[in-house]
Amino acid sequence: MSVLVFAEGSEGQIKNSSLEAVSYAALLAEKLNGKAVATVIGSYTNEALSAIGKAGVTKVLHVADEKLAKPMAMPYASVLAEIAQRENAEVVLLPRSSLCDSIAGRLAKKLDASIATGVTELPDISSGFRVKKSIYTGKAYAWIELTSKVKILTLAKNAVAPMQKDSAISVEQLQISVPDGDMAARITQTEKATGDILLTEARIVVSGGRGLKGPENWHLVTELAKALGAATGCSKPVSDMNWRPHHEHVGQTGVKVSPDLYIAIGISGAIQHLAGVNTSKYIVVINNDADAPFFKAADYGIVGDAFQVVPKLIEAAKKLK
Amino acid sequence: MKILVCISCVPDTTSKISFTDNNTKFNSSGIQYIIGPYDEYALSRAIELKEAHGGTVTVIHVGLADNEPIIRKALAIGADDAIRINAHPHDAWFVANEIAAVAASENYDLILTGRESIDFNGGLVHSMLGELLNLPSLSPVMKLDINGKMALVAREIEGGKEYIEIALPFVAGCQEPIAEWKIPNMRGIMSAKTKPLKVVEPSVHKINTQTLSYELPPAKGACKFIDPSTPEQLIELLKTEAKVL
Repeated sequence: MSVLVFAEGSEGQIKNSSLEAVSYAALLAEKLNGKAVATVIGSYTNEALSAIGKAGVTKVLHVADEKLAKPMAMPYASVLAEIAQRENAEVVLLPRSSLCDSIAGRLAKKLDASIATGVTELPDISSGFRVKKSIYTGKAYAWIELTSKVKILTLAKNAVAPMQKDSAISVEQLQISVPDGDMAARITQTEKATGDILLTEARIVVSGGRGLKGPENWHLVTELAKALGAATGCSKPVSDMNWRPHHEHVGQTGVKVSPDLYIAIGISGAIQHLAGVNTSKYIVVINNDADAPFFKAADYGIVGDAFQVVPKLIEAAKKLK
Repeated sequence: MKILVCISCVPDTTSKISFTDNNTKFNSSGIQYIIGPYDEYALSRAIELKEAHGGTVTVIHVGLADNEPIIRKALAIGADDAIRINAHPHDAWFVANEIAAVAASENYDLILTGRESIDFNGGLVHSMLGELLNLPSLSPVMKLDINGKMALVAREIEGGKEYIEIALPFVAGCQEPIAEWKIPNMRGIMSAKTKPLKVVEPSVHKINTQTLSYELPPAKGACKFIDPSTPEQLIELLKTEAKVL
């Protein structure tokens, strides 16, 4: 019996959310008296793959097929299904991402598996196999029993802390052919901000709202983010008005984030925005309106003019280094 | 072009969530139900595509008779007809199997869903449908144009987007800004009352999860306010007290 984890990469490196999933796999395998196996698809250096060993799993299956260099849900689901069967996997773990969400549903059918998405902690296996998952966009949790022999879990951010081990990996190269039908979608172009910290991966997020009055003032957000090593986000009105690109929109219908620290500048905190950030560990709100609803969800607050307050914060943040 | 749009019935995004019966039942008292916001983007785009290319838009919903008002709303927005599968939407696997059973013989050119429902946030129905119907599936789709038998799609990825060419038919899980939501007009509301709404009984009955109980997150402590004239104190507190810097 094994626990199989899919480690997703970005720009040749294994993503932090995947390293959390790797550590989750190691802990779960121990609980179930099985072994943990990680799979990567695409081109990675051994150095990049060594992060998987540090996160707690030493057996790595590497599918380095040139055809699969670009992440695509359909062929990746076929590859993972074949590996899961080969490894006799009873649990398949994926980080939560736009790629893995699309893989997960197809994989559930291929493996005839029970599935839960957005799982927030290790399962309770004292009676059956029960997981806690986030529902109502972070407003509540549900305990779900997975009744099939094979289980698939996609993990919410911070489901476990990534381990820091000093173990070497053994990498096995695999060739797996995928059906032609899986290649029906042809990616013609990818637009991606390179070098930026990904919003869903970031430990710290700095977001701006309408209170910043216009895109020309966004240097307040980006400079503070840079000083803190943070990703940048925005509220829905800001992306609707095209002040910022849609992939930065944080909220109910945008990106959901769970960083250690979320700093909201000039965002009043409509319930739809809160739904995207309410699983953050600490929330800081800076707003000139003391009645802004966001303060009720905040750990730290400053009632004041962002144009006065934020430059001072940037100065103080720069001194941290 | 023949389009199927799958819609969910969910609590309004401003709803306060609570549970009853020792945290085993959702408390629906005072809750207003709506078409899933992502599903409504899918429906709006389907209607725009129909207006541009001709064809029909059918909405399908797995739910009990109580949910018919949201199906009528979808018809008022511009769908031509509707199918309600008369069952509680037990989990994503159940919903996808029931919809696939209906869709299998209909040869839709496009099957649209929202990227996820906003109650259980599974985000699974589109890819399960794709696998069950042996069709490609893409999600989250933020742009969808049709050119003959081909579709040009933009899919959101972390930190950007990718553009995809794909032949019809396929399944797409949609999100903003794929279309503007449409407000039903009086003519739409009147005609919705007489548009066909077919009720079918579930035929597959597949489930592989059980929801046991619910929990609310722990209440937040009080917000600690920092004097706006000395914001550097915030950085200090984040470093020494919260220990996140």
